Amino acid sequence: MKYTKDHEWLRVEGDVVVVGITEHAATALGDVVFIELPEVETVVAEGDEVCVIESVKAASDILAPLDGEITEVNTKLVDNPSLVNEDPTGAAWFFKIRIDDLSVLDALMDEDEYNDLIG
Amino acid sequence: MGAALAEELLRLDLHDLHVSLGGKMVPFAGYEMAVQYPAGVMKEHLHTRGAAGLFDVSHMGQVILRPKTSYEALALAFEALMPVDVLGVAQGRQRYGLFTNETGGILDDLMFANRGDHIFVVVNAACKAADIAHMQAYLSEDAEVIPVMDRGLLALQGPQAEVALARLVPGVAAMRFMDAAMLPWQGGDLWISRSGYTGEDGFEISVPDAHLRSFAEALLDQPEVMPIGLGARDSLRLEAGLCLYGHDIDTTTSPVEAGLTWAIQKARRAGGARAGGFPGEARILQELAEGPERKRVGLRPEGRAPMREHTDLFTPDATPLGQVTSGGFGPSVNAPIAMGYVAAAFASPGTALEGEVRGKRLPATVAEMPFHPTTYKR
Repeated sequence: MKYTKDHEWLRVEGDVVVVGITEHAATALGDVVFIELPEVETVVAEGDEVCVIESVKAASDILAPLDGEITEVNTKLVDNPSLVNEDPTGAAWFFKIRIDDLSVLDALMDEDEYNDLIG
Repeated sequence: MGAALAEELLRLDLHDLHVSLGGKMVPFAGYEMAVQYPAGVMKEHLHTRGAAGLFDVSHMGQVILRPKTSYEALALAFEALMPVDVLGVAQGRQRYGLFTNETGGILDDLMFANRGDHIFVVVNAACKAADIAHMQAYLSEDAEVIPVMDRGLLALQGPQAEVALARLVPGVAAMRFMDAAMLPWQGGDLWISRSGYTGEDGFEISVPDAHLRSFAEALLDQPEVMPIGLGARDSLRLEAGLCLYGHDIDTTTSPVEAGLTWAIQKARRAGGARAGGFPGEARILQELAEGPERKRVGLRPEGRAPMREHTDLFTPDATPLGQVTSGGFGPSVNAPIAMGYVAAAFASPGTALEGEVRGKRLPATVAEMPFHPTTYKR
């Protein structure tokens, strides 16, 4: 698993990368009540706002961690946003993104580096 | 939060208790306050609706108005600051009030109680310095304005608030909505009113500093009671359709626009025994007679996306109507809810509107408030 400074996790699954938010981020957001997901086949650039998360406290964005194309979104989150609080690094993945070169993931944080960031 | 800001924030007397309960402390109205505890906003909200929640609202201002000549002279002087019938409040009863300004806007909203030989007032934290100065400036001939500096304020809210509090203070069971009483607990005198700001039955309890921690812990020891932070306090009062000063009401909104005409008793209206004679009388009486140009309304956004404060509102054909003043997710309603101001022609329940969320106009419907039924014990 790789991590961004925006508190997203990335997991390689075949030729796509699965993206979600970390437990730290889910706890900080509080109870999630609404999620807006991108359209499948959207081509995104790193830093684009691709999802909206509304918690009982505030609205936040999820940014595209990499350049690529959205191949799949987790529609379960739309009906059950609280999955993000229950299982942020498992069932509550947000989207899958296809990238040209998986080696760009090497530049992201590993678990120890991420734990140092939030520590 | 910068270190400089942190140093300027005041700490509540119960700060250490909030931290030990796992409270997430944030700045609010100049204080460090718990926005939530480990249970989280959603569970805290639902617990308050289902059992009982304890809120530390010690940041609010408590003030005693002690008459210099007679209670009646004080009540009449206090009436000169508010479009509210003060004189008609019986001993042992509390009433909602609002200080108005010369243009009919609202300086603050408050609670006051007739305690026989004086009036006890509770005002909002962010306004308390200005409110005390205001009362000192206008009431000094008729009253001593005495800020109460040695007491905290707790609210116990929810359907099981009575059973939990009555174990410690049996006398509360006999109180009804908006009664105010002084009752003893372990040698301290509690100033209790059957009121609150959640839409639930419950109590607000002013506690001497010396007893504050032990009393709060005694309440938390009751099986029904859980500590509740500011996050759930906000969602509870929003579901109850209650105004938050500085958001839903302020110096530009009149009590009539805000839908607070129930707080303006007959005695102060045109034809009443003591009609007018309060700041902003011209606008307020005119709006009472002719209706205001805009009104505070409840809004039910379609779908799940909340419409938060400052969301612009439009007619379906894109005419600007106003803005959301409070909005979020209602855990008991299980849907987004909001309130805001719209032109009076669009204020009837059922009217279709649109709110602009992240650049998109989303449908919403004007709705009756409260969004969740209130359960006051009248």
